[in-house]
This record gives sequence, structure tokens and C-alpha cells, in this order.
Amino acid sequence: MNDKNSIKVVDRNAIDGIISLLKSEGFITVGPTLRDKTIIYDEIENTSELPIGWTDEQEAGHYRIKRRNDEALFGYNVGPHSWKKYLFPPKLELFEANKNGKSFEIKTILTDTTKYAFIGVRSCELHAIQIQDKVFNNWQYKDPNYVSLRDRTFIIAVNCTQAGKTCFCASMDTGPRAKKGFDLSITEVINPNEHYFVVESGSDKGEDILSKVETNFATEEQIFKADAEIDSASRNMGRALITDGIKDLLMNNMEHPQWNDVAARCLTCANCTMVCPTCFCNNVEDVNDISGNHTERWRKWDSCFSLDFSKVAGGNFRTSPKARYRQWMTHKLASWIDQFGTSGCVGCGRCITWCPVGIDITKEVKAIQDNPVN
Amino acid sequence: MTFIEGNNPLLPAETNTIITDPMIPNLFTIKKIFWETDDTFTIEIESHDKSSFNFKPGQFNMLYVFGMGESAISICSDPAKNKTILHTIHRVGNVTSKLSQLKKGDTIGVRGPFGSNWDVTKFYGKDVVIVVGGIGLAPLRPAIYSIFKERKKFNRIIILYGARTALDLLYRVELEHWSKTKNVEVLTTIDRGDSSWRGNIGVVTNLFNYIKLDAMNTYSMVCGPEIMMKFSIEELVKLGVEEKNIYLSLERNMKCAIGFCGHCQYTSKFICKDGPVFNYSQVKDIFNLYEV
Ligand SMILES: Cc1cc2nc3c(=O)[nH]c(=O)nc-3n(C[C@H](O)[C@H](O)[C@H](O)COP(=O)(O)OP(=O)(O)OC[C@H]3O[C@@H](n4cnc5c(N)ncnc54)[C@H](O)[C@@H]3O)c2cc1C
Ligand code: SF4
Ligand code: SF4
Ligand code: FES
Repeated sequence: MNDKNSIKVVDRNAIDGIISLLKSEGFITVGPTLRDKTIIYDEIENTSELPIGWTDEQEAGHYRIKRRNDEALFGYNVGPHSWKKYLFPPKLELFEANKNGKSFEIKTILTDTTKYAFIGVRSCELHAIQIQDKVFNNWQYKDPNYVSLRDRTFIIAVNCTQAGKTCFCASMDTGPRAKKGFDLSITEVINPNEHYFVVESGSDKGEDILSKVETNFATEEQIFKADAEIDSASRNMGRALITDGIKDLLMNNMEHPQWNDVAARCLTCANCTMVCPTCFCNNVEDVNDISGNHTERWRKWDSCFSLDFSKVAGGNFRTSPKARYRQWMTHKLASWIDQFGTSGCVGCGRCITWCPVGIDITKEVKAIQDNPVN
Repeated sequence: MTFIEGNNPLLPAETNTIITDPMIPNLFTIKKIFWETDDTFTIEIESHDKSSFNFKPGQFNMLYVFGMGESAISICSDPAKNKTILHTIHRVGNVTSKLSQLKKGDTIGVRGPFGSNWDVTKFYGKDVVIVVGGIGLAPLRPAIYSIFKERKKFNRIIILYGARTALDLLYRVELEHWSKTKNVEVLTTIDRGDSSWRGNIGVVTNLFNYIKLDAMNTYSMVCGPEIMMKFSIEELVKLGVEEKNIYLSLERNMKCAIGFCGHCQYTSKFICKDGPVFNYSQVKDIFNLYEV
């Protein structure tokens, strides 16, 4: 973190200035915007495309946008999209091949070198990006597309000053304050007679951009107010999840009756995995043209809820909804820790909000915590 | 979209490290293709640029058939020979059927080798019991070759092998040859016999009745259908073989083989990168759970 002296304060014009500077440097600027009564992520030109003056109301299986009584730029929480759709695209062509007599030739796709600037990344989402780094850019094998995009990405984090009813980042230790992994971070402060943004840089690149727009040093009072807003978000989390000993708890309760209970409600629709910012499962498919001489391999998002996911020639390892929900939740909260040294859940609450039947991961865990069989 | 020929090395913005895309297959030529049984065949392949291919016993490749897809297939040849390699494949579905129709001179894509291996050097000075069901003999054959290469470093070798019918027994000539070697016992059994079969009938675990183990000095490698491995390991443990001396190879759906696709997950393990070969004590807790 920066020492207090380097913390700046800016107005909305400076945010626009930052966006246009990034655009002039060739960045595609993406951020939250309103579409079909939902706050999603898409390309934006300037702050006027942000969901200004809007907020969202979230509960298990429920999402609605509402007017705020102010003109806040970032006065809402996370929606159904996450930044993974840019770094780990839902559909990616891996290669094409053309027949050539008894042989064939492979043409690889030139790696995507788009420079994205993500505007408005929440702390939980920063953690989610760092978690996906561990999947795609962590060991002997790397996904070149992911690494290429990730290396070029400029991140503007936004500290949450309000928490949604399905948020539980505080208990996952992933928010609401962005601590690292950003180029710039912003805290929006809005009161009846003032509206300003406290900005900190988290990288040289961030420092450089910040030096090119009009800033003032933040006063102690301005910083204090910003911190107070973040603290209040932290105290007002809609939900909580107790993580102490969770890995052993779940692993020792693989036959707990709660799995049958949740399985009776779960539609195995896979919504939770699609909206989850850390879920990375994918499938590979071949697409052929009619001549049979040309073929393409595509990678697509997949889900451990899909029935074919665990199919092998001799059978299918996970057919029951119980086994599939259990795989998802134990992966997120338990086996992920063994695999990648961190939880696979950042407490963003998306899976709770976007579950059509309102299944709540925090409640499912609590049911086992309250009544463990082992 | 822009294309370039071959596997494109990438220069990320700041790091300047070159990353080769691990999802792009290398091209190999079929040198030979022949049937081992009614539904199982072997291919011998060589890379287009004739470069050598090094692997360890128990590792596998992803074999790509043009326009059809990829399958995880173990390498079943002698690891000491790296000009060409062999794969024995059970024809069960789309990709494996298409593979079975290929001819000498055709091209396939290969990614690999992937995964953990049978480390036979751990068994020096010990008895080795190899328990196999069906196609499971393919991933174990390179380990058997390695053992025979340094035969004197091991004590007794026992191979217990079960197949569906007499006609489904793989590598019969080699089995015969191994069984005639000193201090090597090869016992086979089949699920269904006919009048011409004079050997054992029944599940592979029955074969334990015909051998005497020096359990404390025994290491074991087990490969076959999961249910067969369950019963075989139970039997080995009952006979006194230590859990930490038992190795097994697991199978799961695989789409990437490099830890990206999530399909092969087995609670905390990825079968593709942590396996397929595991020490039994590593997976024991999971092995007896249903539908994980
Ligand atoms: C590490 C490892 C080593 C293997 N070694 C061998 C070997 O040496 N010889 C051999 O004959 N077989 C081996 N198999 C099994 C082989 O991969 C499958 O039989 C093959 O992928 C089936 O593909 P298919 O398209 O012909 O069958 P289909 O019935 O058309 O496919 C069944 C479905 O299961 C999917 N699938 C993905 N992974 C597997 C899998 N592991 N097993 C079965 N289906 C799968 C297919 O993509 C498809 O969706 C191995 C599997 C693994 C994981
Ligand atoms: S599991 Fe749910 S709360 Fe946790 S990161 Fe995924 S979507 Fe967010
Ligand atoms: S938990 Fe909810 S969102 Fe996830 S698969 Fe089940 S019904 Fe769908
Ligand atoms: S096969 Fe894709 S993660 Fe193991």
C-alpha cells in the first residue's frame, strides 16, 4: 500500500481523463454499464456510460436495479458478468487444420494481443483474477492467450463502499478493500455537498497515468471519510461464511444428508458456474465444414454440472445431482485449497443471486457446520 | 482472425518469455497399425520431423484425429526406444473408432507425454506383483520392459492378468515369453471361458489363491477398471502388502491433460497432472467414496 502522502483526490473529470489517456495508449476500456436492466461489463467510452445513479438489489435468486438518490458512478455491487469473460473467453478457437492428402496441416491462431483496461474491478474480483492466474499461468504449462491478455491488462480497482445482500467477501478475506493487484484504485465518496474520488496507484504504470491527470493530495479528512465508507461496507456484508477448518469439515462429510437436500432443489442448470469469476472448467470441441477437409478446434466454457462432464467410455463418474453439486461446492471451498493454495471462492455472491432457485452456498455450508456427521 | 503456420511462439508484452501453446498437437505418421484382438489395435507412430520421443512408463499422450477429437492413450512401448512409440487402443467410441480406421502413412496429432509414471527403481531388491485388468496391460507394459531391462535388480516378478475372454488377452506372445523367464510368474484368467480354454476362469482376484506372497517385501502396480482395482487392492492389503507399496493408475474424462479443463478432477487431485499413476496411500481416502 501507498503511504498516506501519495494518496490523491480527483473529480469525475479526472476519471474521464484517465479513460481517454488509456484509450490513446491503445487500451480497450471496459467497465460496468447498464443493459436490459442489468449491470454488465462492456466496452465504455467515458464515465457517462457507467450506471450513474443506479444501484442493484440482490438476494438469493433475485436481482433488480434501482435508482439511487445521488449520482454515484460506482454505487452498486457485482452483476452477472465477471472479468473472466475477457481473459478466459467463453469461446476460443485453438487451431484450424486442413487436409492435405494423407496428412493435414495445423494453423494456429495468432495469440490475442488486445490491451484491455478494466475499469471498476472490485476487490473480490481482483482475487478471482489472481486465482485464475494460478490455473492458467502457474506451472509447466501456460495458456498463451490468457498470459498474453493478462500481461497487457490495466486494472482500475474500485473499493466497495456498500455491500450487497449476497456479498460475503469480508469473511473470505477478499475485500471490500483492494489491497494489491491493481494499477489504480479508486474510492468514491459522495455526500450531499461533495463528490470526490480518492485514488491510489498500485504500479508504475498506474503512477504514470495518474501523473498525467489533474490531482490533488488527499487531506486526512478525505482519506478518513473514504476509509470509513469501506469499513461500513465491511460491517454490512449481507452474508458470511465461516472458513475455519472448512476443508476438513467438507471432506469428512461427503455423505452428509445435506447433499441430498440441496440436490433435491438444484436444477443442475450450471448458472452458478457460469457467473462464478473463478470457475475455469472448459470443454474442447471440433467443428467441421461440409467438405470434411477443414476443421476447427474450439475451447468453450463448461461446467461440472453438465451431465457429460465426467463421462468415460465405461460409464459416468458423476450422474446424480448430489454428486455434481457436491463436486462444485467441495471444489470451491475445499479441494481448491489443496490444488492452488487458496480458496476457490471469493465471496462475490453471484452464485447465490443468479441461482434460479436461490440456493445459497453460505447456507449449505452452515447446514453442514451446524450438524456435521463426522 | 490471423493465422500462422505451425505452433506459434508468443511474446507476451512485458515478460518476453516464449510460450508454446500446449493445446496444439504435433504431427506424427502411422508407421504400422495392427489388431491385437477383435476390438483392440496397436499403432506405431513417428513424429513428422523424425525427432525422438522420450517418456516414462505409465505416461500418456493425447491423440488427435483430424476433425474428430482427442483421446488420452497410454504409451505402451519400451521407454528405451524413442524413435517410434506404440499405443494400444480399445475401440470404444468416436475417436478410438476413427483411429482404428487409419492406415499406414496417415497422420495424427500428438500432445504429450503427460502425467506421472511408474517408478520401478523404487522396487529394486523387492518382489513386484503386477495386477492387470483388460486394456490396463498397455500402460503397464513399459514398466514391465524397464524391469526386464534390469532384471537382476528385482526379486520375483508376478503378473496377474484378467481379460474378458481368451481372445481378449493382449500381447500373448510376450506373456508367453515373460512366463518362461526365471523367477517370473504369469497367471491369466478370463471372465467367460469356452471348451478350448484350459486356464483359470473368474475375476483376477481369484489368482491370488495361486500365489504365495512375501508381503513385507512386495511392491505392487495395479491397472484396470476401477472396480477391479478396488478388489485387487483390498486383496493385496489383506495379504499384508503395505498400502504405501501399492501403485495404481486412474482414468477420468480428459479434455486438456494439462490442468486447464477441470474434467479429470478427483477431489484435490487432477488425474492428468498429479496422476494418472498414484501411490495408493495418496488417494485411499477418495478411492472408496462413491461418485467423486
Ligand atoms: C490417462 C489415460 C490413459 C488411457 N490409456 C488408454 C489406452 O492406453 N488405451 C485405450 O484404449 N484407452 C485408454 N484410455 C481411455 C481412452 O481415453 C478412452 O477410451 C477414449 O478417450 C474414448 O474416446 P472415444 O471418443 O473413442 O469414445 P466415446 O465413447 O465416443 O467417448 C466417450 C466420451 O467420453 C469422453 N472421454 C474423455 N476422456 C475419456 C476417458 N478417459 N475415457 C473414456 N471416455 C473419455 C469422450 O471424449 C467422449 O465424450 C486412457 C484414459 C486415460 C484417462
Ligand atoms: S462460489 Fe459463488 S460467491 Fe464464491 S466466488 Fe464463485 S460465484 Fe462468487
Ligand atoms: S446451484 Fe443453482 S445455479 Fe448452480 S446448478 Fe444448481 S440450480 Fe443452477
Ligand atoms: S484433463 Fe484437463 S484438467 Fe486434467
